[in-house]
Amino acid sequence: MAIVEEPLKATPQPAALPWTAVLHDWVTTVDHKKIGIMYVLMAVVFLVVGGVEALLLRWQLLWPRYDFLGPDVFNQMFTMHGTTMVFFMGMPILIGIGNYLVPLMIGARDMAFPRLNALGFWVTLFGGLLVYFSFATGGAPAIGWFAYSPLTERTFARSTATDFWALGLMVSGVGTLAAGVNFIATILAMRAPGMALHKVPFFVWTMLWTSVLIIFAIPPLTAGLAMVLLDRNLGAHFFDVQNGGSALWWQHIFWFFGHPEVYILILPVFGMVSEIIPVFARKVLFGYEFMAAATAAITFISLGVWAHHMFTVGMSRTADLFFIMSTFMISIPTGIKFFNWLATMYGGRISFASPMLFCIGFLSMFLIGGLTGIMLGAAPFDFQLQDTYFLIGHFHFVLIGGTLFGVFAGIHYWYPKVTGRMLSERLARWQFWLLYVGFLLTFGTMHISGVLGMPRRIYTYDADRGWALLNQLTTLGAIIQAPSFAIFVYNALWSLRHGRPAGDDPWDAWTLEWATTSPPPTYNFDLIPTVHSRRPLWDLKHPDDPDWQYD
Amino acid sequence: MSAAGIVTAGQATERTLPVPPAIVAERTLSPGQWGLLSFLVSEVALFGTLIVTYVFYLGNNVVGPTPAQALKLPLVLFTTACLLASSGTVHLAERNLRRGNQGGFMQWWLATIVLGAVFLGGTGYEWHDLIYRYQLTISRNLFGTTYYTLVGLHALHVTGGLILMVIVLGLALHRQVTTANPEGVGLVSYYWHFVDVVWVVVFTVVYLLGR
Repeated sequence: MAIVEEPLKATPQPAALPWTAVLHDWVTTVDHKKIGIMYVLMAVVFLVVGGVEALLLRWQLLWPRYDFLGPDVFNQMFTMHGTTMVFFMGMPILIGIGNYLVPLMIGARDMAFPRLNALGFWVTLFGGLLVYFSFATGGAPAIGWFAYSPLTERTFARSTATDFWALGLMVSGVGTLAAGVNFIATILAMRAPGMALHKVPFFVWTMLWTSVLIIFAIPPLTAGLAMVLLDRNLGAHFFDVQNGGSALWWQHIFWFFGHPEVYILILPVFGMVSEIIPVFARKVLFGYEFMAAATAAITFISLGVWAHHMFTVGMSRTADLFFIMSTFMISIPTGIKFFNWLATMYGGRISFASPMLFCIGFLSMFLIGGLTGIMLGAAPFDFQLQDTYFLIGHFHFVLIGGTLFGVFAGIHYWYPKVTGRMLSERLARWQFWLLYVGFLLTFGTMHISGVLGMPRRIYTYDADRGWALLNQLTTLGAIIQAPSFAIFVYNALWSLRHGRPAGDDPWDAWTLEWATTSPPPTYNFDLIPTVHSRRPLWDLKHPDDPDWQYD
Repeated sequence: MSAAGIVTAGQATERTLPVPPAIVAERTLSPGQWGLLSFLVSEVALFGTLIVTYVFYLGNNVVGPTPAQALKLPLVLFTTACLLASSGTVHLAERNLRRGNQGGFMQWWLATIVLGAVFLGGTGYEWHDLIYRYQLTISRNLFGTTYYTLVGLHALHVTGGLILMVIVLGLALHRQVTTANPEGVGLVSYYWHFVDVVWVVVFTVVYLLGR
């Protein structure tokens, strides 16, 4: 129904619309592109907030026995930093990019349920605000982002901050779930004629499996948060050990959500990288079928690896062995993807424009994060380094080196489509190198301080532990990274006005989003395209030598 | 294959361009059906978590009453029968609608609502009994905690289904839901069947195995 109303809005409007009309348009929109943009903007705001929290943490750790923040605020900051980055930066930015691209890529006019889509965004945003409202109770929760019980019980977290935290995550979980349901229905039922599932752009495959993970993983978190709230407010005993409850049970529930969650945060990035590398290597994606199968394999295996977060809790040897094995197994499909990206690049005419630069940053850094992941997946190794800075280094290599570099690759690649302008390549290079160098310094160094025994979540340390220099290097890295984000925001704003006009297809790409104008009209395509191959735009550009001849 | 393709491409510039094969229409569920299906899968994960939690905490009570002491079968067997029957009536309602029998549809639809309401009433009666006779509240012991959470979540789903069905009935009275647009009714009835199936599992775990 929303689609029927759209063409009215699409008529050329006078340039100077009153700001109230613009605001009204954005607040009431059900257009997947505007919702996608709002998701990304929301995520960037939370990225800055979470980044400032990280800088505060790093400043506190600059000197031994420093009292810049103090232990209580330090605990609040690392809780909010983790929560923000996972729930209000990582997921929204990926869902937003998916929202923008999936209908365009499959030749649809919108998502399957446009109003549900708008609901999902607003609920996610208000969930984030609800979590941040906890500051109004006198301080944010100080429970860590995975909120181990019994820390979340009323006895240990006395203010209502923890209730706001749990409620906010529940609310935003509804939004995430709505997005997952919407993606599945869109991808399975809204594809353009001829675009069979084995012809969709690879990014669409990864969004499909991400959505499957969302619908399996978010509800257990919702259930767990409901238990926390019932314990705290109605005197239930789920995690109340004195009355027979189990603190361990929360860990199982949380990580049953938490481990698929990290794949929710990386699969769409795999998809973006798989769109970008072929275009900048001028070759088709190597092993499309194996990539799709590997994505499915990762999805299913990731539902059975959660307790590798819990080796030191003292499970049975059988459980340890099972989770070691499943953790090692999941690295196989991930490895397949890696080799396929390399094989795509091999022998290609590679151009190092900024999207490709970020892809290479992704490949190099995610590889390290993946390898330290295998190290930590071995329980005996994990026993030594659990909850040290080695672990912090590991997952930041995956989440920044993997997710964030991939997201920047995607933003630099699709920004011309969204705005009709190119980003400044010079600023993009500054952004890339500052981030790359700062990132390596921050998180590479953490591996060393971790091996030297520095635990995570300590607010300070004694001078005689020998960690001071390493911490100062880590903080220096964070300070180098900070301007990179400022450059990105400046570039995105500056290019909006002054960027070189992009045209419809600045990268000479092959997928359908480049077949329409930049920015696309509200209805996406004048005529719904028919598709005969995996590279429909190639077929349009080369009618004498179309791809479908080789399928 | 590729050799043949290259030959065609070479000749194409002089002669005609290659013509793509005809597109075979794909058979798939509608967006609404895929949406509901994936939503129900997420519901399986939600109920699954609470059911496993219920089983995990069985027998961990520090004080009574235990499930064996507090749970009585006769009433719940009756309400279960009502809910199972409502799956039949909702199916009959949907079939009548698809056949164009608006009156039959509304009768069976109303019967479904009544059966669902009886189930909820039965649950309310049972809870009243548990609270006043056995002093079983959510904070009494782990049985109370897990029981009220699991059965309460299911009752919440029954309530949601009833609200949906009342809305559909209101629309049907105004001829907004007719044989011309049966998809919504179909989706609501799938949801209702799902709520029914979940109850069969909850009933088996809580009232049969867990006692």
